[in-house]
Amino acid sequence: MIPLSWYLILSAALFSVGLFGVLARKNAIAILLGVELMLNAVNINLVAFWRYGDVSLMAGQVFAIIVFAVAAAEVAVGLALVISVYRRRNTVIADEIDLLKW
Amino acid sequence: MTTETLIWLIPLPPILAFFLIVLFTNKNKALSHTVAIGAAGLSWLGAMIVFVRAIGTPELGKVPFASAINWIPTADTWLKIGVLIDPLSAVVLFFVAWTVLMIFIYSVGYHNYGQPAGDHDHPGLPPHGATVEENGHKHTVLSIEPMYSRFFAFISLFAFGMLTLVLSDNLLTLFVGWEIMGLCSYLLIGFWYAKPSARNAAVKAFMTTRIGDVFMLLGIAFLYSATGTLSFREIFTTNTLHVLATVSTPVFGLSAAGLIGLLLFIGTVGKSAQWPLHVWLPDAMEGPTPVSAMIHAATMVSAGVYMVIRMFPLLSLDPHTMTIVAFIGAFTALFAATIAVAQNDIKRVLAYSTISQLGYMIAALGTGAYVAAAFHLVTHAFFKALLFLGSGSVIHGMEHGVLHTGNHEVDAQDMFNMGGLRKKMPITFWTFLIGGFALSGFPLITAGFWSKDEIFSSAFGTGHMAVFITLAVAAFLTAFYTMRQITLTFLGEPRTKEAEHAQETPWTMTLPLVVLSVFAIGFGWVGIPDDFLGLHLPASWFHEFVGSTLAVMPEAAPFSWIVLGTSLVVALGGLFFGWLVYRNVQTPAQDKLQIPVLKNKWYFDEIYDVVFIKPAIWFSEVFVSLWMDKGAIDGFLHLFGKVTISIGSTIRNYFDLPVINRFFGDGTANVTQWGAKKLRLIQSGRIQQYMLVSLVVILALAGLLFYLLRLA
Repeated sequence: MIPLSWYLILSAALFSVGLFGVLARKNAIAILLGVELMLNAVNINLVAFWRYGDVSLMAGQVFAIIVFAVAAAEVAVGLALVISVYRRRNTVIADEIDLLKW
Repeated sequence: MTTETLIWLIPLPPILAFFLIVLFTNKNKALSHTVAIGAAGLSWLGAMIVFVRAIGTPELGKVPFASAINWIPTADTWLKIGVLIDPLSAVVLFFVAWTVLMIFIYSVGYHNYGQPAGDHDHPGLPPHGATVEENGHKHTVLSIEPMYSRFFAFISLFAFGMLTLVLSDNLLTLFVGWEIMGLCSYLLIGFWYAKPSARNAAVKAFMTTRIGDVFMLLGIAFLYSATGTLSFREIFTTNTLHVLATVSTPVFGLSAAGLIGLLLFIGTVGKSAQWPLHVWLPDAMEGPTPVSAMIHAATMVSAGVYMVIRMFPLLSLDPHTMTIVAFIGAFTALFAATIAVAQNDIKRVLAYSTISQLGYMIAALGTGAYVAAAFHLVTHAFFKALLFLGSGSVIHGMEHGVLHTGNHEVDAQDMFNMGGLRKKMPITFWTFLIGGFALSGFPLITAGFWSKDEIFSSAFGTGHMAVFITLAVAAFLTAFYTMRQITLTFLGEPRTKEAEHAQETPWTMTLPLVVLSVFAIGFGWVGIPDDFLGLHLPASWFHEFVGSTLAVMPEAAPFSWIVLGTSLVVALGGLFFGWLVYRNVQTPAQDKLQIPVLKNKWYFDEIYDVVFIKPAIWFSEVFVSLWMDKGAIDGFLHLFGKVTISIGSTIRNYFDLPVINRFFGDGTANVTQWGAKKLRLIQSGRIQQYMLVSLVVILALAGLLFYLLRLA
């Protein structure tokens, strides 16, 4: 059986890719994609810990499903916001959407 | 009804009348005087019943009508309120009831009841007359007093005060009645309050009697602390009197009895206008004439003498006090008589005459002549009330003449404007003549002769020669100025047009004169001494009756031809000279006795003005107001204010402003503002920048946590 650490390394790598995407990309949609990657990295962690821990406890799987649902909703809202911003300001560059400043 | 219950009820009608008039009937003049006279009549009726029962009671002096109830609780006893009718208060009640009723009836006429309202009359001023049209031509008549009801309310209260005083069985309620009369005399003297002279006279009377009252109150307080009671019958027991006579006081070496007697006597000096507190009484003539009669004959001044007669058992314990009393009385009698000689105002002559006659009573008492003092008190009340009411009638008649001629320059009270009034005003003339002869002591017929004779006998019999001679000289002057007054007023021919047109007054005024003149003659006959002219007459009823008030019946002074001779000479001589000197006098310039020192009352008003009034005004205006109040007290307050302000401003300038305001207040605000200005720049609105910062912080925290956990 593949040791747990492999899953964790995979998860950490995926999280890092997502984090880099969030911090480095300019396009708001790409940032959203980065966020999705980070969420899924977490999901991997949850499922992995469930599988290597007490299998009779369902919490890990349940959390993962909740995260899916939340992520789907979040993407839907996020995309809608981005489209709305694009229509008004004609841009999807995150740095240019800086209305909430001092 | 028992006699005691009746006695309790006697003073009540006048006080009820007072409240009725003040509260309900003051708009209706007829109803007001009906209520007042009805009340006086009820009191009179009660007083007469009590008097008749009193003279029908044997041994009334030992077992008087008395009744008392507890009134004010003190520590372990009660101050009592009660009534007492012994022979002395019975005779005083008799004359008070009569004179009060007569004065009430007289007031109706005096205040022009039934006359039209005046053209320009104003409350607070005497009525000026009204114009009426009759048979096509106008003429001026007397007009009704604007404050008619108010007058009857006041005299009702006054009557209540006097009856309370006479009937009370203790010094406390006596003092209450005394003060009620003081208040009423103030109100009545100042009845025409729009006249400045009336206002001043009212204040003067009130202030002067107040001096006496304060001393009297001290005497009462001392008496109460010494004996624990104020009831006459409890004080005049042998034991109590003995204690009072033997206890000594630090004042002038007097015994307690002497000091108390002296203090109470000062009260009388104020109330009965004795020298040196006599100055208020002549000025009190500013009031309406019935008031003069009330104050000067029936009630207030008699009350003072009544009080010392009442306290005689106490007073007579100390010979020093008796000497002072005799001296003051005799001196006042002569002193006031000399002033009366030079007065031209018909009422002022009588005012000084009253002072003089009260001096007689006081002097009689000082020589120990208890009965003689009481006798003269009663006869004087009758004939002096008669004279005052008669003078009021004269003035009234003169005012009628003044209105007829329309010359208001003529003073209706100045005797030199009168003359010949006997033909115009016959009833007034004859009654005034009777009163004047009684005052002069016209032999055998008049009451004044018998009472004055008894005083002379006592002074002579007890060896007080100085008092006797002083009183004899005063009696001569009395007869002299009385005849001067009668001559100038009634005899000869009219000296002015106004006197020619004088008119007899209505029956409401003449009826009291007639009634009082009956007493001015007849009342003397009850006190004819049994050994008069060396005859063996029946014993003097008055002496037997009033003398029995005392524990030991006083001895009647023996008859003396010297006394009778003196009495006859001074009375007849005075009357004769009075007529002789003044029968042809037409103007004040022809009057040889208008000596400035007498005319100006020995300058007592001026002396008091300089010695007491000016210093008192200086004291209040300069010392109290300017120095104490504005200087010391205001100065201190202003200083306190200034010090407080300077402390306050120091704290403000050196602590509040720099520390609290600048440092804590402005300082923290500035720091916060500066920090906020700097810090707000990190809110750039760039989402990735926030996330980067978050990442760095999380990493830093994680590093820290890792480091710490590893250490642990």
